[in-house]
Amino acid sequence: MLKTISLAHGGGGLASTQLIEQVFMRAFNNPFLQTHEDQAKIALTELTQLGNRLAFSTDSYVIDPIFFPGGDIGKLAVCGTVNDLAVGGAIPLYLSCGFIIEEGLPLDTLQNIVNSMAQTAKDAGVTIITGDTKVVPHGAADKIFINTAGIGTIPTHVNWGMTHIKKGDKIIVSGTVGDHGATILNIREKLGLIGALSSDCAPLYQLIRQLHAIEGVRALRDATRGGVNAVLHEFMQGSGLGMQIKESELPLQPTVRGLCELLGLDPLNFANEGKVVIVVSPDCEQRVLQLLHSHPLGINACVIGEVVAKKQVTLQGLYGIERLLDLPHNEPLPRIC
Amino acid sequence: MQFIDEFRDPNAVKLLLNKINALVKQTQFTQDSPLNIMEVCGGHTHAIFKFGLDRLLPPEINFIHGPGCPVCVLPMGRIDTCIDIAKLPDVIFCTFGDAMRVPGQQGSLLATRGQGYDIRIIYSPLDALTLAKRNPQKQIVLFGLGFETTMPGIALTIQQAKQQQLTNFSLLCQHISIIPTLKALLTLPNIKIDAFLGPGHLSMIIGVKPYQFISENYAKPVVISGFEPVDMLQSVVMILMQLIRQQYLVENQYRRIVADQGNLLAQAVIKQVFTLQGNDEWRGLGEILGSGVRLSKEYQEFDAELRFNTKHYSHQDDPNARCGDVLTGRSKPINCPLFGKKCTPQSAYGALMVSSEGACAAYYQYRQGDLIC
Repeated sequence: MLKTISLAHGGGGLASTQLIEQVFMRAFNNPFLQTHEDQAKIALTELTQLGNRLAFSTDSYVIDPIFFPGGDIGKLAVCGTVNDLAVGGAIPLYLSCGFIIEEGLPLDTLQNIVNSMAQTAKDAGVTIITGDTKVVPHGAADKIFINTAGIGTIPTHVNWGMTHIKKGDKIIVSGTVGDHGATILNIREKLGLIGALSSDCAPLYQLIRQLHAIEGVRALRDATRGGVNAVLHEFMQGSGLGMQIKESELPLQPTVRGLCELLGLDPLNFANEGKVVIVVSPDCEQRVLQLLHSHPLGINACVIGEVVAKKQVTLQGLYGIERLLDLPHNEPLPRIC
Repeated sequence: MQFIDEFRDPNAVKLLLNKINALVKQTQFTQDSPLNIMEVCGGHTHAIFKFGLDRLLPPEINFIHGPGCPVCVLPMGRIDTCIDIAKLPDVIFCTFGDAMRVPGQQGSLLATRGQGYDIRIIYSPLDALTLAKRNPQKQIVLFGLGFETTMPGIALTIQQAKQQQLTNFSLLCQHISIIPTLKALLTLPNIKIDAFLGPGHLSMIIGVKPYQFISENYAKPVVISGFEPVDMLQSVVMILMQLIRQQYLVENQYRRIVADQGNLLAQAVIKQVFTLQGNDEWRGLGEILGSGVRLSKEYQEFDAELRFNTKHYSHQDDPNARCGDVLTGRSKPINCPLFGKKCTPQSAYGALMVSSEGACAAYYQYRQGDLIC
C-alpha cells in the first residue's frame, strides 16, 4: 500500500478497500464491522434492557495540531462524543466515525490516529460500529477532520437536566480548569512554555456513572469550547437562575495559571476535554465529592460556587468583590504588553 | 504562584486599605471632591476592575483612566492603512493580537483576515522575522505598536533584519512616546488630575527621571507602580503620604522591576532605531506635538510606509463619541452617549471598547450589571 493518502483511497476502488481493511477494520475490529454491510444492526432488546431513552449525539473535530501532549485528534473525537452522551446520563455504547482526509497525509499518521481512537474507545467501553472515509485534494482540508456520532441508553432512574436546577444548589467542577485550551494555545502559537502543560482529554463516563444512583444530581455539562464560563451561562439560560462562583475556589494547574497571567487570558474561557461541571443539591454535595474523588479523573473535584436567584453569572474575587462574568464575544486574543 | 500570590494576599490588601482609610482622613478630599489619581497605563485600568480596587477604596479616592493603552489611542485611519497594506499581493501582515479588532473605516484587521488576506497574530516581533526568512517570495510587514514598553523588542528585530540583509521585511511604525503624551495631557483644559500612578512596565525602560517635570512644574505626585493589588494600594499610600506632607515627588514603588535609571541597553537601541520627529494623530486626543515616532535615517529602508507608498487617512470621530474625554479623565465611559448602544464589544466604535485594557471594555465587562440595574 502507498505510504501517503491519495485520492484513490477515497475513490471506492481497490485502494479504498485496502485502506478500510488494513487500517480501520484492523484497529476497530468487532463483529458489527465484520458483516461488511452498509449499516450496523443493533438489537433493540439490548438497548431497552439498559434504559428507557436513547441518547444520540454528534460532533466534528478539526483541531490543529492533530497531535498534542495528552492526546490527538482521534482520542479527542472519541472522548468528545462519549462525554456528550455521558453528561446526559447515558451509558455510551456505539460510535460511528467519518473521516475527511487531505490528500498527502502520511499513512503512518492516519494509522496512529486510528489506533488511538481504537484504544480510547476500548477505555471508554464503546464500540465503533460504522464509518466513512472521504479523501479531498491537497489544500481542501487541513490534514484530517473526524466526525463521530454516538448512541447510548439512559437508565430509567436517571433524569438530569438544567430545568431541575434550584436556588441554593452547589456548582462542582471535576478538576483543574483550562488544561486543554492552554496546551493547544502553547503549541499552536509556539509560545515555548515547557513543563506540565498537558491536555486533560479523557473519556468521562466511568467517572460520571458513579453519580447515576445519587438523588439530587441536577445537571451536568462537559466544559469544552467556551470553558466553564460557557457552561455556567448555559446553566443560567436553562434554569433561569444565576450562577455565582468564587475565584479562590477555582482549581488551576500552576502552568495554566502562569500562561493566563502572561497573556492576559481567563482560564474560565479555555476549553477542557476531560472536565465536567455538575450542579447538585446541597444535601448530596459531600457524597458527590466523595465519589468523584475516588476516581483518578476526579481527584481535584471541588465546589466552586452556588446557584443564586438573580439571573447572571458572577465571580466573587479574592477580596469579596463580585464582578460579572460575561461570555467572550470573540476568540480571546492576547494583549500587547 | 510565587511572586504573584504574595502581591494579592488578602491580609496585606486589608492592612493597606486600613492605612489608606486612615490617611485619607488627614486630607481635605471628600466623596464630592475626591482625590483624582490617573492611572496612565491600561494594565492598571484592567487590574482596578479585575480586582475591584475602586470598590474597595474609600469614596474619597477616584481613579481616572489615562491614555496609556497603545491600542486605545490608535486612530481609525491607521487601521485603514494597515488594511491597505494587508490587501497588497504577496504580503503577510503581522500584528499583536489586540490590534486585530480595532475598527477602521474599512472594518478591522480581523474582518479583513476573514476575507482571505494573510494577516497573522504574533507573540514576539522575532516571529515576523522568522516568517520573512521562511517566505522570501513574500513581503512581511510588522505593525509596530506601543509605547516604550514594546519599542526595544521591535528595534532589536529591525536591527537583526538589517544585519541579515532582509529585503522582504518592513515595519509600519505606530509607536508612541509617553512623555509628550503626558505633557500634552497636562496642558489640556478642564483636567482634574491630582496625582499619577506611573506605568510600571514602560518605566522599566525609561526609568524615573523623565517624569520629574510633573512633580516640578505641576506639583503633582507620581508613583511608578506595579500591577498587582498590593502594588497599587501601596502606591496609593505613597501618593497620600506625599500629599499630606505636601511633597511632590516621583517615587518608585515598583523597585523590584524598575531601576531608577531604566534599562540603558533598551534606551540605546531605541535611540539607534527610532527618532522622535513631527506630530502624530492620536485617537480621541487629536494631534500631539512632538509625539511622532519614526524609524531613524539609518533604518528607513525598513519603513513600510515608504516601501509601499501608503495612503494617509484622517477620519473625523463621531461627534457624539467621548473617547478623548474618557482618555483624559474628563468623562467616565458610562457618560458617553454611544456606550453600550452604538459602541459595544460586538460592534465597537472606539478602541477603548475592544482593547482588553480599554476603560470602556473594562466598564462593559465588569460593570455591565450595575448599569443595567
